[in-house]
Amino acid sequence: MESLLLSAQIAWVHLVSKPKQTLIAMLGVTFGIGMFIAMVSMMTGLNDLTEQLAMTSSPDIRIYHDITTERVSIAEKLNPGGITYVHHQKPKNESIKVRGALKMAESIRQHPEVKGASVLLNSQVFYNYGPVQLNGTIAGVDILEEDKLFDLKSKMKEGRIENLITNQDGILMGTGLAKKLNVRAGDRVVITTPQGFTKTLKIVGLFQMGIGAVDNVKSYASLGMVQTILEKEKSYITDINVKLFDFKRAKAIAPSLQQAFGYKAEDWETANATMLLGVIIRNILTYSVAITLLVVAGFGIYNILSITIHNKLKDIAILKAMGFAGKDVKQIFMIQSLVIGFIGSVMGLIIGFVLSLLISKAPFDGGDFLSIDHLPVNFSSTYYFIGIVFGILTTALAGYLPSRKAAHVDPIEILRG
Amino acid sequence: MSVLRAHKLSKYFYEPEKFQVLKDVDLTVERGQFMALVGKSGCGKSTLMYILSTMDTQYQGELEIAGTRLTDQDQNFLAAFRNKHIGFVFQFHYLLPEFTVLQNVMLPALKLGNKGKEEVEANAMEKLNMLGMKEHATKLSSKLSGGQQQRVAIARALINNPDIIMGDEPTGNLDSYNSDLVFEIFQELTHTYQQTIIAVTHDASFAKRSDRVVEMSDGKIINGF
Repeated sequence: MESLLLSAQIAWVHLVSKPKQTLIAMLGVTFGIGMFIAMVSMMTGLNDLTEQLAMTSSPDIRIYHDITTERVSIAEKLNPGGITYVHHQKPKNESIKVRGALKMAESIRQHPEVKGASVLLNSQVFYNYGPVQLNGTIAGVDILEEDKLFDLKSKMKEGRIENLITNQDGILMGTGLAKKLNVRAGDRVVITTPQGFTKTLKIVGLFQMGIGAVDNVKSYASLGMVQTILEKEKSYITDINVKLFDFKRAKAIAPSLQQAFGYKAEDWETANATMLLGVIIRNILTYSVAITLLVVAGFGIYNILSITIHNKLKDIAILKAMGFAGKDVKQIFMIQSLVIGFIGSVMGLIIGFVLSLLISKAPFDGGDFLSIDHLPVNFSSTYYFIGIVFGILTTALAGYLPSRKAAHVDPIEILRG
Repeated sequence: MSVLRAHKLSKYFYEPEKFQVLKDVDLTVERGQFMALVGKSGCGKSTLMYILSTMDTQYQGELEIAGTRLTDQDQNFLAAFRNKHIGFVFQFHYLLPEFTVLQNVMLPALKLGNKGKEEVEANAMEKLNMLGMKEHATKLSSKLSGGQQQRVAIARALINNPDIIMGDEPTGNLDSYNSDLVFEIFQELTHTYQQTIIAVTHDASFAKRSDRVVEMSDGKIINGF
């Protein structure tokens, strides 16, 4: 312990007697860690936003009748193990209706991990804007049940969701779509179904999910209304949306629902695979840039420490003559690199924090795709912890090699001249 | 009473070709003796001293200092042993330039670590006082003249009250005034404080005034057994 203290004192004198050199070595680490923090804060902020948007726009699990699923052809069924092969088989012409959906939703709600389940009827429609027809979708829902799942109330820009109950031919429209159609709440809009059924509906509210893919195409209407325009019976339902208490469990629960009800159950991760791919790519980018920066900083420390040791060969020789063992000498230089690493990392965390703060304040237009006016920034302490551990590990590694060399200096060679 | 005993020390250099520097050297040094090791360049006197100093371990033969056998000991043991039992004075004073005079003198004692900082500091001041360097204690060692630095180096060598002080040309880089001064200090140390000193030297007047002159030639001791 005493000897560690003595090594630390000597290391300290070395560091402060060459302040410029010490500062430059520290700045290398500072820059690396600072950039890491700034990048990781911004990237994970974006990732969190993406995930959150994915969650608001899609249910944790969606149950529907997937008629495109590949099915076994009748020839193969009759002659199993034979050489029959049916090429380019088309889906059977069957209804996408989910049978017994209301009962199914009721039993799903009993599941201990399920927060809520709502039934809906989804359809493609054209929104007529003068001579122009805009492609979009309409969802017939029990609006109160849907609100429980997606917190629609907080997404309303104009009107209230209850308007949909009082107004039989009312719809709630996405803000993006309303802008394209040049309409406001209270205006009427004509829609046409793919089957050719046309109806005039009244816009009773505008909602904004914050994601272009939804806001630019979607409207909500009551279940009965959509059934009417599609000319379907009262039990015609195409989807069941399920929300879980823990959305991370969706991937695990979906297959069991699929097995229990015989309909396709798709979890949100599968449904938003492209969006989540962005998350992975951003992570790879962040870490590779951060590691590159730290490796460069590491080489800087290696260099500076090597030069220091070269300049201090005489000192090392005399220390060894006076009775300092190789490990004491190694300790002296390891302490120097760790001090550089620690102070450099702490300064890096501060700079990283300031940069993140600036980024989070800078205006940023998300355009059509995302409705944000500032870049989302994550200030989670985890990354600050990772940053300092990274910084100290790199400097320890970069300092170890020259320090070991210092420990093996042969004093006689230097003292004899 | 002998403080150092060397028996049949031999050493070879392998670069550029095999060459025997030391040939079965036997040497015994008594406590309180001021011994000068002389000889022509390349006779092996420095090589012998570095073996005696325990820093060079590549030799054959036996070495014993202060009753401890030092042959075949590991480096950590030898470092600790040097710290406690041997003080060094070199031709180039080799003080640590970023440290003050006082810190330089205290360093070996702090490394030994069996005394508190205040006590070590008091001891260091006492040694500096003895060598007339007390008023320079708080200066950076790099700010001193060569003769002053050598006196600080001697104070540093003395701080742990070593059994032997070893010098490699301790006056080699000094003018005659400072050489005389260092010589007088050495003489006082041996005669007043019973300090053993082994010094390699070229300086004939320095050698003449020591207690015992050991002369070497071609890796053997030819005078002063």
